[in-house]
Amino acid sequence: MSLKFALVGNPNCGKTTLFNEITGSTQYVGNWPGVTIEKREGKAKKIQADIKIIDLPGIYSLSPYSMEEIIARDYIVNEKPDVVINIVDATNIERNLYLTTQLLELGVNVVVALNMMDAADSRGDKIDLGIIEAHLQVPVLPIIASKGRGVKELLERALHVVQTATTGASAEVDPVFNEMHDASIVICIQKIEKNIIPQLNRMTGNSRWTALKLLEGDENVQKTLKVPNAMLSEIKVYQEKLKKKFDMDIETIIADSRYQFTTSVTRKAVKKKEQSSHLTVSDRIDKVVTNRILAIPLFLAMMFGIFSITFGTIGTFTIDFVDHLVNGTTAPFLSTWLAGAGAVQWLQDLIGGGLIGGVGSMLVFVPQIMILFFFLSILEDTGYMARAAFVMDRLLRKLGLSGKSFIPMLIGFGCSVPALMSTRTLENEKDRRLTIMLIPFMSCGARLPIYALYTAAFFSNNQTLVVFSLYLLGIVIAVLSGFILKKTILQGEVAPFVMELPPYRIPTLKGLMIHMWDKGKGFVKKAGTIIFSVAVVIWFLQYFNFSFQAVVDPGDSMLGAIGKTIVPVFAPLGFGDWKSAVALITGFVAKEAVVSTMGILHGVADATQGSTDLITALQTSFTPLTAYAFMAFSLLYMPCMAAFATIKREMNSWKWTLITVGYSTGVAWLVAFLIFRVGKLMGFS
Amino acid sequence: MERTLKDLKPGEKSIITKVLGDKGAVKRRLMDMGVTRGAEVMVRKVAPLGDPIEINLRGYELTLRKSEAENIIVA
Repeated sequence: MSLKFALVGNPNCGKTTLFNEITGSTQYVGNWPGVTIEKREGKAKKIQADIKIIDLPGIYSLSPYSMEEIIARDYIVNEKPDVVINIVDATNIERNLYLTTQLLELGVNVVVALNMMDAADSRGDKIDLGIIEAHLQVPVLPIIASKGRGVKELLERALHVVQTATTGASAEVDPVFNEMHDASIVICIQKIEKNIIPQLNRMTGNSRWTALKLLEGDENVQKTLKVPNAMLSEIKVYQEKLKKKFDMDIETIIADSRYQFTTSVTRKAVKKKEQSSHLTVSDRIDKVVTNRILAIPLFLAMMFGIFSITFGTIGTFTIDFVDHLVNGTTAPFLSTWLAGAGAVQWLQDLIGGGLIGGVGSMLVFVPQIMILFFFLSILEDTGYMARAAFVMDRLLRKLGLSGKSFIPMLIGFGCSVPALMSTRTLENEKDRRLTIMLIPFMSCGARLPIYALYTAAFFSNNQTLVVFSLYLLGIVIAVLSGFILKKTILQGEVAPFVMELPPYRIPTLKGLMIHMWDKGKGFVKKAGTIIFSVAVVIWFLQYFNFSFQAVVDPGDSMLGAIGKTIVPVFAPLGFGDWKSAVALITGFVAKEAVVSTMGILHGVADATQGSTDLITALQTSFTPLTAYAFMAFSLLYMPCMAAFATIKREMNSWKWTLITVGYSTGVAWLVAFLIFRVGKLMGFS
Repeated sequence: MERTLKDLKPGEKSIITKVLGDKGAVKRRLMDMGVTRGAEVMVRKVAPLGDPIEINLRGYELTLRKSEAENIIVA
């Protein structure tokens, strides 16, 4: 039987770094609370192959407050890992130990890993591990996960704990428990454990923990155990007694008691260097980044800077480079080779028109997407995300959201799917719903090829500005939508905002590269799978008519017929040709498929006229105004299939999923309509 | 008149004496984050738009809104 070790710790304490170190995998690590959203499994290959390592989401407490805490707690209580490795940030021991106290209450095997010992050292903190060990009565080991130091010893110790552990928690309240809580609380727990727990016919965790949770008034535990009302009123007697003694509500009493324990342990074990008056690096960066006047302009300038690099010289260079590789080198080579090998005409057309035209036109933009991801990774890894939330909270509150919603939205600039999943850090269900509805308006990386193509064709003089305006358009629409939705179908209280601000960290190049690749590889993979399939299907549909005969004019093909029936929907928006209509439909599969479909449709059509250049082809069927309307529509309309599935999963409701999709598509149509009509009135063409 | 965390100016230090409010998600989160009786707090700064505030307690930085800070009584 294989052993299961669970990694548990506060957000941002280095769990995922440790996980990568142990399992040798390259999970992505960020510097903002809530990076690990679902639990992940790996094997401790370096130590012993049959140990399963489970990386749980970072949590502050085992009290069920947000979805992640529920996931983590349920895992520990129900799946019973053999050892819980509790990672404690050595620079922040006092608060990190709060979770440790709760793990100890659970009565599971705990091994504490004191991480980031190097950071604590460089701050001049002296930590006496022996004292912590003596108080917690579990092994405490120093590690530096980022450098792999102490990891082997940690796992060996954990293994040792499993081998020597006595199974089954004793009914006696153990000494740690006694030290941790005030005597009057311990007495109440003992009484509940003795008098009430035996009457229950279900169990969750051990009896001591259950007694504590019932005393605390934990509703989840009450529900799982189906505690009858009579028993609840019996428990209430104990609660009242403690309330009278401490003059606080019961939850506060228990939390207070835990913190008193962690404070006293920390005081004894940690000798902090006298706080010097000079500012830390973090403080100095913060002074600028969250400066009263500079903060918001700085944020905008940073975003603008990122876009100008992505779309400016460097971005254009990569496009030209890959374009040359695909269309200049590979395409002629393939077609000569195919013709020479005597391949049938339709196969030559499929490779040339379908694959090069379809997949190739999308692949051209992959380096650009990577550049964007590289910069987003810097924002995430340094700890800037949390500051952005801090700066923006006030604005977001006007929409009834909290600054915390800002993080998922920024991630949405990369890809909607992880952004949607990261909404799980939001506590309030309505907030989560609203944030989910707004995320698709954040322009994701897959829309980028569309902008890059159309701006190159129509706005070559001010590409960056036009693209930036589209990102802003998405944000403005999200803001207005938030305002409207909060006033109508998602009314509710203002969400609270209590969040940790992690210290700034200098990201490692390795970390950034892993992070960038982790996000970007999806696009490369998609190009080979989904985009490839769409390209083949589209090529096939535009090559043949309904009697499966090759057509001369794609307008007579199956696809042409389908496109022409839906054209009237888009005609009022200014792009009423069937090719655009079809391209937008394929955009549901993946947004970048819009570009590959355009590549196939225009490439083939123009091949007969002696030109294969997609850009010149577009210039004949679009004007700058309709191109802008088309880009706006592409930005706002229904999210892609993957995002759709994620919305369904996160909303857990078909109704809300359809509302989200219907709403975004409706908004897209309206906005594109307005751009086209108003633009026309103003004399643009 | 009792002083609350909201009344502290950036750079000012104090000790939390009580956290008001009934039990509920926000209060529980504050507890979990270590905003409990006896903890020393220092207000670090106010966000550019006037809210939220950033405080230092138990050796780390926490941000919360003034509306939440109002419920935290300090010495």
